[in-house]
Amino acid sequence: MSNPSLSEIKGAVHKDLRHDSAHKHVAGTAVYIDDVAEPKNMLHMYVAMSEKAHAEITEMDLSAVRAAQGVAVVLTADDIPGHNDVSPFAGDDPLFSTGLVEYIGQPIFAVAANSLEEAIAAAKLAKVSYDEKPHYLNIDEAEAVDLKIEDSQLMAQGEAEKALSASKNRLQGSFYIGGQDHFYLEGQIALATPQEDGDVHVLSSTQHPSEVQHLVAHVLGRPTNAVTIEVRRMGGGFGGKETHPAMFAAMSSLAAVKTQRPVKLRLDRDDDMVMTGKRHDFKYSYDVGYDDDGQITGIEIEMASRCGRSTDLSPAINDRAMFHADNCYFLSDVAIKSHRYKTHTVSNTAFRGFGGPQGMIGIERVIEDVAREIGKDPLDVRMLNLYGEGERDTTPYGMKVEDNVAAEIMETLAETSEYRKRRDEIRAFNANSKYLKKGISITPVKFGISFTTTHLNQAGALVHIYADGSVHLNHGGTEMGQGLFTKVAQVVAEEFQIDVTRVKITATTTAKVPNTSATAASSGSDLNGMAALDAARKIKARLIDFAAEKYSCPKDRITFRNNKVYIENKEMAFNELTQEAYLGRVSMSSTGFYKTPKIKYDRASHKGRPFYYFCYGAAVSEVMIDTLTGENKVLRTDILHEAGRSLNPVIDIGQIEGGFIQGMGWLTTEELVFDDAGRLRTHAPSTYKVPACSDRPDELNIELWNKGRNVEATIHRSKAVGEPPFMLANAVFMALVDAVASVGDYKVPVKMDAPATPEEVLMAVADVKKRA
Amino acid sequence: MSGTVRFLLDGRVHEIHSPDPTATLLNYLRYDIARTGTKEGCAEGDCGACTVVVGELKGDRVEYKAVNACIIFLPTLDGKELLTVESLKSKSGGLHPVQEALVETHGSQCGFCTPGFVMSLYALYLEGPNPTKDRIEDALAGNLCRCTGYGPIIDAAHRMFELGADELPDMREQVAALEGIKRDDTLYISATSKLTGNEKRYFAPVNVDTLAAVAEQNPDATFLAGGTDVGLWVTKMHKELATVIYLGDVAELKEITETADSVEIGAGVTYTDAMELLAGLYPDFGELIRRIGSTQIRNSGTIGGNIANGSPIGDTPPALIALGAKLVLRKGHEERTIDLEDFFIDYGKQDRAAGEFVAKVIVPKPAADTAFRSYKLSKRFDQDISAVCAAFSIALEGETVKEARFAYGGMAATPKRAANAESALVGKAFTEENVEAAMEAMANDFSPLTDMRASKDYRMLSAQNLLMKAFVELTSDADTRLALRQEMANV
Ligand SMILES: Cc1cc2nc3c(=O)[nH]c(=O)nc-3n(C[C@H](O)[C@H](O)[C@H](O)COP(=O)(O)OP(=O)(O)OC[C@H]3O[C@@H](n4cnc5c(N)ncnc54)[C@H](O)[C@@H]3O)c2cc1C
Ligand code: FES
Ligand code: FES
Repeated sequence: MSNPSLSEIKGAVHKDLRHDSAHKHVAGTAVYIDDVAEPKNMLHMYVAMSEKAHAEITEMDLSAVRAAQGVAVVLTADDIPGHNDVSPFAGDDPLFSTGLVEYIGQPIFAVAANSLEEAIAAAKLAKVSYDEKPHYLNIDEAEAVDLKIEDSQLMAQGEAEKALSASKNRLQGSFYIGGQDHFYLEGQIALATPQEDGDVHVLSSTQHPSEVQHLVAHVLGRPTNAVTIEVRRMGGGFGGKETHPAMFAAMSSLAAVKTQRPVKLRLDRDDDMVMTGKRHDFKYSYDVGYDDDGQITGIEIEMASRCGRSTDLSPAINDRAMFHADNCYFLSDVAIKSHRYKTHTVSNTAFRGFGGPQGMIGIERVIEDVAREIGKDPLDVRMLNLYGEGERDTTPYGMKVEDNVAAEIMETLAETSEYRKRRDEIRAFNANSKYLKKGISITPVKFGISFTTTHLNQAGALVHIYADGSVHLNHGGTEMGQGLFTKVAQVVAEEFQIDVTRVKITATTTAKVPNTSATAASSGSDLNGMAALDAARKIKARLIDFAAEKYSCPKDRITFRNNKVYIENKEMAFNELTQEAYLGRVSMSSTGFYKTPKIKYDRASHKGRPFYYFCYGAAVSEVMIDTLTGENKVLRTDILHEAGRSLNPVIDIGQIEGGFIQGMGWLTTEELVFDDAGRLRTHAPSTYKVPACSDRPDELNIELWNKGRNVEATIHRSKAVGEPPFMLANAVFMALVDAVASVGDYKVPVKMDAPATPEEVLMAVADVKKRA
Repeated sequence: MSGTVRFLLDGRVHEIHSPDPTATLLNYLRYDIARTGTKEGCAEGDCGACTVVVGELKGDRVEYKAVNACIIFLPTLDGKELLTVESLKSKSGGLHPVQEALVETHGSQCGFCTPGFVMSLYALYLEGPNPTKDRIEDALAGNLCRCTGYGPIIDAAHRMFELGADELPDMREQVAALEGIKRDDTLYISATSKLTGNEKRYFAPVNVDTLAAVAEQNPDATFLAGGTDVGLWVTKMHKELATVIYLGDVAELKEITETADSVEIGAGVTYTDAMELLAGLYPDFGELIRRIGSTQIRNSGTIGGNIANGSPIGDTPPALIALGAKLVLRKGHEERTIDLEDFFIDYGKQDRAAGEFVAKVIVPKPAADTAFRSYKLSKRFDQDISAVCAAFSIALEGETVKEARFAYGGMAATPKRAANAESALVGKAFTEENVEAAMEAMANDFSPLTDMRASKDYRMLSAQNLLMKAFVELTSDADTRLALRQEMANV
């Protein structure tokens, strides 16, 4: 990197580069699946859902539906030639119910008609009778009858029980953390087109094309190669398009194959929210022992989650909640118990953070509570409990924390945000303000990177260079707005030393790169960037071999630099070399592959190294509450986050800001409400409130940590950035707890659940007043 | 009478012959004429992905406003100008400054919300440079973005003015073009439902006498004002409306008249058009209206619709009832005036006959000895429906409460006064103690429900506390409002 001209290409790594589709987004010319010109003869599909939370269907008379105007085909479980299952691995997600229904919203049949209106009108003609069975909708109800999707899990180190009884002080607490709907702006959609031989091509809005491919083939009873899945971009994913898209791709494919007509299945927002899973809600309780300084000497943590009707990804999600139960804190003697309840609600699924947020917020709450008990600034208690370096550095799952920068980040942020001074000012403000109260909190984040299911940590890429020197790039990752395509293109441009404008970004398709993992777990650029780099390096090596031979020059005297190739003293344009290589019969196409090294995990004992590395960050939030109404507002947030040596700082900052605001929504305004029958009452933006523009903190300062560099050999020493910033929002919730605590002069424990809606805050205030 | 809808699009008159009267503009754009830049995120007016800008002739200029294409019926565009994201392309094919700014500030990630933001920003752009923070937040309140966290979009709202202020439509040209398609007679459409084969009819009278006649002849018709309720009957409930009478072209219903002691607001006046006037009379009422829906919703929705729909959670009725507003209704040639309070009989039941329509609402001007406060509580500040909405009108004689009118939304089956709380205070000194007694008395006024917006306990407790809040605000200078609106705070 000594040559300064190395950075002269457009779109080099570590440089700001705008999203590759930005100019198309703003012009309305970026094509999403529903924007694709509708093929002639296309059918529209509508999915009919169960009206009962738990029942046996005793009769389903669809004759009127079949006879209705415009209807081409009606599909039920009986129409499935292959397997009636679209689950990621457990085999318990029927595409259509076979009689048993286990949530309101479960697909029971589907109609494809000439128009969507006709499909909807036809579906209403069905006569369905149910024999209702008792339903268990939430954690408490499922717990009472011990209904689980798998056995409870235990992760432990040291001797928690013994340590607890030996502890100087002890405290117990519990709270509830609500779920969250993804609310991607583009709803679930699939457009299936029949091909020759009963094959099918599907445009699917999915983060996991390979899984959709496998499952569609499975449902059709065909080998995987009969199905092609393609996705250019999604209008948001956030985890919600990991397992669920298979359902809609499979239904539309089935109809397409049966009718030999293209079929579009696009969910209306309400149906999308009712039919698809969400972030798991959790019940969290703890029993902590600590000394007079606030050092945790022993802790038992119990977590219970609502998994919904099937397994989906719940085991791994709940595991990740356990992995993050420590956050940045060393817990010498700890027992983490995790219960995964089955409920008669929609099957909950992946959502940014994948259980991590629910696990992490618990320990932050413990620290706040301990600090209040001993009358210390929670920041001091946090600093005291952080992982050490070379000592006090083993996680509850036995992995050593070797890249710990939490203390430095916390100290720096406390300084730059003037945390301590502001904390004093806030206390003074509260003493003089009867109705409005402020609160402040600083919280860290440590988030483990890698799929905890080890085999998923692999990726493939495909790179072609055409004779004219233009590059075609493809990989298994999917673009949902996170800028993955831009970053991987930068990696390839950097490797060939050509402007990124010469690298064509292309739609993800299972026909080009097979057997891929979901674009999830923040791993997109780590995995696909490396795979693309591998492919580029292979081609580059061939070009070098060719040039070395042709110009009789040692290989190490050939360099690629700023759109040119230097062969000793000879200089030629990149495309001159590729033209020559073509004539010289050099293959300029290559696959690339990558698998994450070092990781290994034993799920039975919950020990090992599930993560390649950790990401760190911290946030300070200052909030204000109205103690008469519970209304609340984030006044200011300062964030310091590390993305290693960022591949693209401006994109990473976008991820940080978006993740933080989404986390803030989870903890404040976003409330999922099911009624007693199991019906989701918050199924559209009219009733489900994601943050709006004015909810953004009045002041929001975001910095990337400039010392960031991954100690592991990741792609250009960068770090993942998709999920970790979500948890920066913990500072908002803790600041709200702090503000409520002021009502009881910081002496009474605060009973407040998430999300901290105005109602939740007002009730917490009323409770503190009562006990003060 | 003619069944052809005409509006301006890309500088040309766009004609549609006998469209389905309740076809939405969004579906027409996306599926009939392949202008797919405009997106659907919810089909209920709540996400803004479908935002377009509509220009309307107002005297010698055109007023441009952002609206939600998903709940607008196609025929209501008649006589207007439509701009979609595709319209912003410059003659050379380049990006408009609004779009350029969003690219520069990295205002899009997944990009699905982006065209909607572009159009909301474009409407703001047409208002001219240097918008305040509050103005920007208002302009964007109806646009949800799940990816960016909004910061870059707010930056673009500033940046766009630095990139060129010359990209404005030529007013004279537009005025002339709109004059050319102006209609001075009722637009009547008769079409056949593709789904049921039934006839669907649409009337858009342009004066109130014709409206009265058409309404009387078609007592089963659905009145359509802003369509922010009616639109959802079609997009969400899939209702088929046989006959629709559109009120938005009726000139008299859009009038605001001022008398010595009151203002008379035509039923067809939008929230946006009423806001400034009402804010001038009662700042809190202005703020309350600002909190109704979003800019897009306020540009469509009407005060008349907010009353006529009889909703227990509409935001203007509590304030209007507290202020002692009167309602003017008309059927045929008959006009009658009632206390607004008496209009709301029970859930889903109002004092309105078939074929009768709301003509206007009469709002008294502030009296010297009377103070007014109103509040809205919801999970989110912007674009949310009230869990509780409260309005207080309190007349003092010295220290004593002479008259009290406390009206609430969200507490009962209709917007309703807190009679017990009122009488607990009337004739008493306006003290904290007596206010607390009135708060207690309020427990007998309401037995609210629990639903997805709030529990009954929260509703009751916060309703009581809001009275205390009004008291504190009227008798001290203690801070009681979150620093939400800098402009308000500085007043
Ligand atoms: C996204 C969104 C956000 C919203 N937010 C709020 C909010 O914050 N606060 C709030 O109060 N409401 C809110 N609403 C509800 C809605 O905006 C209001 O109720 C609105 O006032 C209805 O007015 P409109 O002109 O759109 O009425 P329309 O939808 O056209 O009509 C509503 C009803 O009134 C009847 N009607 C209309 N005008 C007359 C008349 N002159 N005479 C007789 N009948 C008539 C119609 O037939 C219909 O039954 C929201 C709606 C949406 C979609
Ligand atoms: S599509 Fe959401 S507001 Fe129109
Ligand atoms: S950019 Fe994805 S919703 Fe706004």
